[in-house]
Amino acid sequence: MILARVVGTVVATRKDPRLEGKKLLVLKPVSPDGKEEPGYVVAVDTVGAGFRETVIAVSGSSARMAEGCRDRPVDTAIVGIVDTVSLDRKE
Amino acid sequence: MLIARVIGELTATRKHPSHEGLKLLLVQPLDLDGSDRGDAVVAVDAVQAGIGDRVLLTTEGYSAFSSVGRLMTPIEAAVIGIVDEVNLKSV
Amino acid sequence: MYLGRVVGCVWATVKNACLTGHRLLIVQPVTPELQDKGRCIVCTDWTGAGAGELVYWTRAREASFAFLPEEVVTDATIVGIVDTIHVDRTAGRRESGQGGAAC
Repeated sequence: MILARVVGTVVATRKDPRLEGKKLLVLKPVSPDGKEEPGYVVAVDTVGAGFRETVIAVSGSSARMAEGCRDRPVDTAIVGIVDTVSLDRKE
Repeated sequence: MLIARVIGELTATRKHPSHEGLKLLLVQPLDLDGSDRGDAVVAVDAVQAGIGDRVLLTTEGYSAFSSVGRLMTPIEAAVIGIVDEVNLKSV
Repeated sequence: MYLGRVVGCVWATVKNACLTGHRLLIVQPVTPELQDKGRCIVCTDWTGAGAGELVYWTRAREASFAFLPEEVVTDATIVGIVDTIHVDRTAGRRESGQGGAAC
């Protein structure tokens, strides 16, 4: 899983019917201390995440195990909204 | 599958029960010129390989867990052959 | 599977139901020489690992198999705590010679 920040949404009228009713969000990966990292991914939201929130995203076929994503063409799912991150590493 | 070299071993007392009794190897994938290809991985041993051996490495889940007869377990990399020779000219 | 070190944890109240009750740890992947390598990832934990511990973790769908028959939505799980590690990158290099096809 990765930590990521919600930076946008995707609207698609014509899509696989199994994606209907699913919110598609654009995520930027972030480091544990909150810095944005290169790249992006479009994910299906299962927890009601909002703009700029930090979330946990699962990728690969595991994403389809998330409640609400079973048997749907989902390869990245948002499965949690981060409250806090505690780091033991001193940098 | 990739050609790789066994560069180490590790032990773990606290581990998933599906890993009990299996040797855990540190395996460095190789390019065809013998140089390192990416990062070393931890793999279970299905062929009694040892440090220094050139081996066949699978990093696909089903191939890996089925090679040690432990279906549907969290094993995603296994050493499944010991390479005798690689011949790139007489294919 | 991959080597890593536990460097932190994530608290999330709102979670997918398939993650309920699972600890989420931040793992820094490391090389066999224990140098940090690559981005940190968030792992579920099967072992009860603590901060600073050297672990090995599995990714992809197999990560969720650690918890079967419970279906946990995860693509990375810590499956073992490393006690000892022995590395010798020179072993076996000598007899393979310098030839291109020798690997």
